[in-house]
Amino acid sequence: MGKRINRQSVLTLVGVLLVYAIVQGSIFMDILPPFVALTLIQVCIFIILATSLNLINGITGQFSIGHAGFMAIGAYVAAIVVVKFHGPLLLALIAGAAAAAVAGFLIGLPTLRLKGDYLAIATLGFGEIVRIVFLNTSYVGGASGFSVPKTITWTWAFWLTVLSIIIIRNFIKSTHGRACISIRENEIAADVMGINTTKYKIMAFTIGAFFAGLAGGIYANYLYIIQPLTFSFLKSFDILVMVVLGGLGSLTGSVLGAVVMTVVSAALSGWPEWRLVITAVLLIVMMIFRPKGLLGTKEFSLSFLGKKGDKNASSKD
Amino acid sequence: MPLLKIDKLSKSFGGLKAVSNLNIEINDGELIGLIGPNGAGKTTVFNLLTGVYEPTEGSVKFQSKDMRGLKPYQVTQSGMARTFQNIRLFSDLTVIENVKIAYHQRSSYSTLSAFLRLPSYYAGEEEMQRKAMELLKIFNLEDKAEEVAKNLPYGEQRRLEIARALGTEPKLLLLDEPAAGMNPQETHDLMNLIRWIRQQFNLAILLIEHDMSLVMGVCERIYVLDYGMIIAQGTPDEIKNNPKVIEAYLGEEVV
Amino acid sequence: MGSVTEQVLQQIVNGLSLGSIYALVALGYTMVYGIIKLINFAHGDVMMVGAYAGWFATTTLHMSFIPALLIAMTVSAILGVLIERIAYKPLRNATRIASLITAIGVSFFLEYGGMLVVSPQMRTYPPVFPDTIYNVGGIIIKYGDIVMIVTSIVLMVLLHGIVKYTKIGKAMRAVSFDTEAALLMGINVNNTISATFAIGSALAAAAGVLMGVYFNTINPLMGIIPGLKAFVAAVLGGIGIIPGAMVGGFFLGLTESFVSGLGASTWRDAVAFLILILVLIVKPSGLFGKNIREKV
Repeated sequence: MGKRINRQSVLTLVGVLLVYAIVQGSIFMDILPPFVALTLIQVCIFIILATSLNLINGITGQFSIGHAGFMAIGAYVAAIVVVKFHGPLLLALIAGAAAAAVAGFLIGLPTLRLKGDYLAIATLGFGEIVRIVFLNTSYVGGASGFSVPKTITWTWAFWLTVLSIIIIRNFIKSTHGRACISIRENEIAADVMGINTTKYKIMAFTIGAFFAGLAGGIYANYLYIIQPLTFSFLKSFDILVMVVLGGLGSLTGSVLGAVVMTVVSAALSGWPEWRLVITAVLLIVMMIFRPKGLLGTKEFSLSFLGKKGDKNASSKD
Repeated sequence: MPLLKIDKLSKSFGGLKAVSNLNIEINDGELIGLIGPNGAGKTTVFNLLTGVYEPTEGSVKFQSKDMRGLKPYQVTQSGMARTFQNIRLFSDLTVIENVKIAYHQRSSYSTLSAFLRLPSYYAGEEEMQRKAMELLKIFNLEDKAEEVAKNLPYGEQRRLEIARALGTEPKLLLLDEPAAGMNPQETHDLMNLIRWIRQQFNLAILLIEHDMSLVMGVCERIYVLDYGMIIAQGTPDEIKNNPKVIEAYLGEEVV
Repeated sequence: MGSVTEQVLQQIVNGLSLGSIYALVALGYTMVYGIIKLINFAHGDVMMVGAYAGWFATTTLHMSFIPALLIAMTVSAILGVLIERIAYKPLRNATRIASLITAIGVSFFLEYGGMLVVSPQMRTYPPVFPDTIYNVGGIIIKYGDIVMIVTSIVLMVLLHGIVKYTKIGKAMRAVSFDTEAALLMGINVNNTISATFAIGSALAAAAGVLMGVYFNTINPLMGIIPGLKAFVAAVLGGIGIIPGAMVGGFFLGLTESFVSGLGASTWRDAVAFLILILVLIVKPSGLFGKNIREKV
């Protein structure tokens, strides 16, 4: 506390720079296989998706499984800005994220009154509706897809991911984030403590949707083509698995979950059925034996590298 | 004007009248008891006051303001705080986080400055930390600030819940059976604590209680509720000797 | 007879056929939800397994419709009980979200495990019934339509009888009303839950076989969309309420066939989900449900 820069943040910064430099270096020297490059960008996309879903599901305790819908909105709006209006990439990404946020706000307003599995199923329905709307819109290519030039580089994807994590973390570790957490912990008590629960649920939902939209925009501007089928509820489940695996409520857990699942998927890409069967078994076993995920609500930190006394500062600062 | 004026308040669930024609007045700084046998409708009164239930009839005026239609968080923001009969802490959060959440409504910095960690974020967080620690110190919980709430012993959880309610800086504190589950020594300490809170924080307290010794010991005036209606009101001495009250508590000893 | 009337009647026939599938699957959803408050996401996949069992019985074993139907129902009933015992039972006291995630896991497992076992390719159901088509005043009624509607009505009547008049049915109602009280009254809750899964899964299997017979082809992912739609039907009728699931199923079937009849068949699924969201927002307890709120 008090100290704004501590050992922990310095270590994290060094780690982040190192990861960036190693990958950027190998791209520069042209020794990075295209498959690995693709996987790395996908890791970035899924980290943004998982951390933003965690804000809704893990931090605020509102169970949403329609994240692919927001991703789709971000992807298509960003693609439209680039392809139809020849807008710059940054503008496209912001427009996509903003559109997803608006959708999040509008869908959150009525549905966030629902609890638990009812909310889950409503968001799933919403995600599917979004997909079907794009499927039936010939302006964006319908079922055959929408071609978008590839302009996203490792630098873009990486730093946008870092920025997303920082912003979401800053939110969580503020009084506004605590308000969200209090809703997860006990909604009635939160209400009676003067927390406008509706406002904070919608806020978390909107912020989560914003970053899902950003991830969608990155996806659209990297993969050459976007198709409605990509954004089916299976994608939402993929993101959910990452969040659950890492631990609902743990941001670093989501990052970990996204990295592990994306890499495992890439490794098993030749055997898609096996990938999903393994995911399924993992999910079931996890829920039975460790329902809080790998990290629970705790944050993974590098503080064990530092002094012992830093323990509190790193987890609670 | 009284601080709180409950006028002809009624609440029915289906055909059942849980509370009917309730009139209560509380002035600034008063310590009032609301007692009654099990199922008399005491907690329903709290739920009506705090916006958890919508009254069927009647009105609640708090600081001359009509409270009708306000949501629980708005009631709290207007200066009324409560605790629960069955403790409702944020049980997986630390003690200090519990209290900080109560301070949220007075927090000074915006979402934007949280996102970007602007100077107002640091100032706001530091102030909250300081205030929350002060409050914990008063309640003798400062050593446990970083402990997870659900790991506290029962009596301390009760204290924390009161501390958390005070974190919202209320003018009126509603305590729902704060002595439930406490032993006589703890109840005695609680009695002193309640008296002391009232002076220290300069507020009025409305206390629901089963434990007669606690109510008789600290309250200046007492309302007795039975079958949703006020059957008696007055000073502890008047209540003690009221035949209606004795009848309502038939079999229970009135101290 | 105007052609509009004919078209409307035609869509009603189609809608009732489709609706009977939704209704059968929705019954399983609603029974399971009623008893353990779990959205059994894997229910549509249990239907798929039933469809495969029926396909196996009619092709490899050359059985006729009724025996194949019974085999499929038995296989799925056993599967349903196994799923409950292995995956859901350990989580009975866990959060509803943990159970929901597990159900999603089971669903994946059946879909993609199914792909590994029977391969992802489509299978064609043999023609179990004659291709007879009845033309009643311009409305085309297939033999399959009749079988579909009759079979599902027979099963629903049977279910109604079981729930209303048998010992296990009474136990099911008791457990769904208050699990703890039922336990105290000496009802074997575990067996009752297993029976619920068995009956629900058997009904889903019947729906699976009917789907195979009606649409000719089956594949390992065939359960996903009808499963979700059947859930919509269950919510529509008020989840946990058995007659509600039937009405919801038929309502959804009719709505869909009218949407298709209007030439908007690509929007069919979107309409179903829109109905779902609207019902959840306007009356989350469904058409036949009562609202309850948390005690403070």
